Amino acid sequence: MNKTVNQKAWFLILPVLVLVAFSAVIPLMTVVNYSVQDTFGNNQFFWAGLEWFETMLASDRMWAALGRQIAFSTIILMIEIPLGIFVALNMPKKGFWASFCLVLMSLPLLIPWNVVGTIWQIFGRVDIGLLGYTMNAIGIDYNYTQDFYAAWITVIVMDVWHWTSLVALLAYAGLQSIPDAYYQAAKIDQAGRWKVFRFIELPKIMGVLMIAILLRFMDSFMIYTEPFVVTGGGPGNSTTFLSIDLVKMALGQFDLGPAAAFSIMYYLVILLVSYVFYTVMTNLDKRDGH
Amino acid sequence: MAKITLQNLAHSYLPNPTREEDYALKSMNHDWVDGEAYALLGSSGCGKSTLLNIISGLLHPSEGRILFDDKDVTMAPTTQRNIAQVFQFPVVYDTMTVRDNLAFPLRNRGSDPAYIKERVQQIAAMIGMEDTLDRKARGLTADAKQKISLGRGMVREDVNALLFDEPLTVIDPHMKWELRTQLKSLHHEFGHTMIYVTHDQTEALTFADKVVVMYDGRVVQMGTPQQLFETPEHTFVGYFIGSPGMNVLDAEVSGDTAVIAGTQIALGKGFGTLTGKVELGVRPEFTSLKSGDVGLPVTIKRVEDVGRHKIVRTDFEGHEINVIAGEGESISPDMNRVVFDPAGVNIYSDSWRVSPQAT
Amino acid sequence: MADATHTPRKRVMPRVNGSAVVMGLYLLFLLLPIYWLLTMSLKTNTEILGAFTLWPHNITFDNYTTILTDPSWYTGYLNSMTYVVLNMLISLAVALPAAYAFSRYSFMGDKHLFFWLLTNRMAPPAVFALPFFQLYSSIGLFDTHIAVALAHALFNVPLAVWILEGFMRGVPKEIDETAYIDGYSFPRFFVKIFTPLVASGIGVTAFFLFMFSWVELLLSRTLTSVDAKPIAATMTRTVGASGIDWGVLAAAGVLTILPGALVIYFVRNYIAKGFALGRV
Repeated sequence: MNKTVNQKAWFLILPVLVLVAFSAVIPLMTVVNYSVQDTFGNNQFFWAGLEWFETMLASDRMWAALGRQIAFSTIILMIEIPLGIFVALNMPKKGFWASFCLVLMSLPLLIPWNVVGTIWQIFGRVDIGLLGYTMNAIGIDYNYTQDFYAAWITVIVMDVWHWTSLVALLAYAGLQSIPDAYYQAAKIDQAGRWKVFRFIELPKIMGVLMIAILLRFMDSFMIYTEPFVVTGGGPGNSTTFLSIDLVKMALGQFDLGPAAAFSIMYYLVILLVSYVFYTVMTNLDKRDGH
Repeated sequence: MAKITLQNLAHSYLPNPTREEDYALKSMNHDWVDGEAYALLGSSGCGKSTLLNIISGLLHPSEGRILFDDKDVTMAPTTQRNIAQVFQFPVVYDTMTVRDNLAFPLRNRGSDPAYIKERVQQIAAMIGMEDTLDRKARGLTADAKQKISLGRGMVREDVNALLFDEPLTVIDPHMKWELRTQLKSLHHEFGHTMIYVTHDQTEALTFADKVVVMYDGRVVQMGTPQQLFETPEHTFVGYFIGSPGMNVLDAEVSGDTAVIAGTQIALGKGFGTLTGKVELGVRPEFTSLKSGDVGLPVTIKRVEDVGRHKIVRTDFEGHEINVIAGEGESISPDMNRVVFDPAGVNIYSDSWRVSPQAT
Repeated sequence: MADATHTPRKRVMPRVNGSAVVMGLYLLFLLLPIYWLLTMSLKTNTEILGAFTLWPHNITFDNYTTILTDPSWYTGYLNSMTYVVLNMLISLAVALPAAYAFSRYSFMGDKHLFFWLLTNRMAPPAVFALPFFQLYSSIGLFDTHIAVALAHALFNVPLAVWILEGFMRGVPKEIDETAYIDGYSFPRFFVKIFTPLVASGIGVTAFFLFMFSWVELLLSRTLTSVDAKPIAATMTRTVGASGIDWGVLAAAGVLTILPGALVIYFVRNYIAKGFALGRV
């Protein structure tokens, strides 16, 4: 659609602007404020310059959390994206079974995140959980509260359980939009299943896939509740991801300065990545003629 | 290239068809001669796409058989039938270059790369796309993409038939002519069996050696454009072909005279006594306006000057009769009669043409 | 060789066994933990902590009764629902005009504004936990439903604008122009003509607004303590004291799944369409 130029449109945007500015700008300013100040208590602050940033950049704790976070996000992306696509390729296209699958698949997406954590906390326990009990019954030593690997595997499987459906639903919607004629042409061209996927399906769902990857990366990078409920960040701090660490610092220890500096760098990383993705996506859109 | 035979072929989309209306394609027996260009003509919903999909194997008929060169392929999947199909909108593999698009079917069969390269070059020359061979297919125009679709279909030398499902739908009008011409010359050069589905009679009549007209799931006539014009086997063929189409009037026929609303018309041929719904069909090209008292009484409603001829719309007791007059003929208001040339008159019983009895 | 007689033949349908197996396994994977939660909610604590059973041997609804009769439990649900609905209303109210503007007009800074809006969706809630806590305390809105609703709006409003803009782009501008020619004022046009046309878009948006507000824990717990305490916070309360009341905890969990399940069921025909816009 050709948009008309109209500066008065700003009035329509105003409510959104005010709300988001209030919710975003003011708190961010507070954070920036804290990040460049230090306090000895009694609400007295003095200028500390970039000191907190330097401390943070030098802090092992932060780098460790970042490392764990990157590892976590990478792993779950590598599982969820292919798995989601695979599920989407196998979903019924229409009729009763399509609705049935859609409804059941969407269920994990609407469970409050703490309940997701609770479900897996229970499920994985050795005494009362189906998973934990069965694992030990068949001889695998599985205890997510004590064992580093068990904790990681539990948290990863939980995230896959929780979010793969999102990728699947997005991919499914993308696949639905491919006209039948393409599949028919592929049959006539005697193309095998893999080639159909590579040359027809994958290109056509590239747009939604990018969105799925962006969303999953972002959300996994900010993950807090689910792992917190299951492992509390443990054992030790083996599953302490960035958000968990930050909240511990800010709300737990009230280390305002470091927390603020941390927040800003955290936010900047996400902004950078989302900018990259956004540019890629809009270019894909343009290329497809939107 | 192959001869295609339809034996008692019928198709219903319903699981348990009982009445005739349940069938999208009613029982038919036809041969499509090897190497001919056919147009499959009919209005929307008449079953032509269904028939095309049965021939290509994208649909399995619920009854009857289809044979390629006397081999039963009714249940054979598309991949085994060696046909090529060009769809209504261009289907190209966007991520590949034009070259890769054309090479795709051959690569899927594992053909020799040197052979593929040569063949792709040949086909590209045929469709006039040699200089765009290494461009990505994505950004090309609709007609270029349709040419790629066509080329991809022809790249296999042993292709049995080329099927086209209204391929010029998305093409700009001025490109339609060029593409049609190219198709025709390809047919002359290589002699593939071609079946071209369309609802546009101009496309059908200019492209095909034989036109197959379909109506309501039935093939009502298969013939040359001239046959369709002069002796339409079904009133629908009369309506559909020609612009304007055939005039059809209710009549009573006995012997060699027809009576239409009291007026007698000499037919020049004997038809015996006819039962059922009897109609007389005559094309506007075989009618003329006269004054006097011979012929059907009509009132002239409108004269449309189309340039090389005139179309006179007249009214006969509530029915419209169209008359075509030469551009030099003058139409005067006292012309109140329409006369038919017996050579162009056809008699129909229950919509099907009745052959005149040998005298 | 089949004979050429006129006998109808059953069409050979391609079997989808492989897909059915894949879907079956996947759905099993998804439902198994939920099943486990369900069975736990129907067992007594003694059964849970006693011998391991695959299904409740003595079904009991006591856990549910506890929740439905104990105010400290059921107010949690009420509080959560309250701020979720509040959030949906606020977000929709501000997003609708903004999405309209983005879809129809180009104005100074529009592309950058849109991107900036989206970045807020990307903001890590953890970064905002403490600032929000201080902000809402300072304006006296700590422990209120509106505080949580507003806090969630930060992430939900950009989402709403994004989804709605996509739907609105599909409504041709000519409809607006015709309405103005017919004498409609802008508010009247928007309410009487435009909104019904994007009704399915509003439905999809509402679904996602519900989804993101209902599930969030960090902010909703940080900004509340007693009066507006969401069910999520109440559930985390059962941890501690004299051991964990697993049965009640499980029942509480099951009850939080219900609203989600209902919402999905009602919009099931639009789920595919909503995701099709690819704007979640």
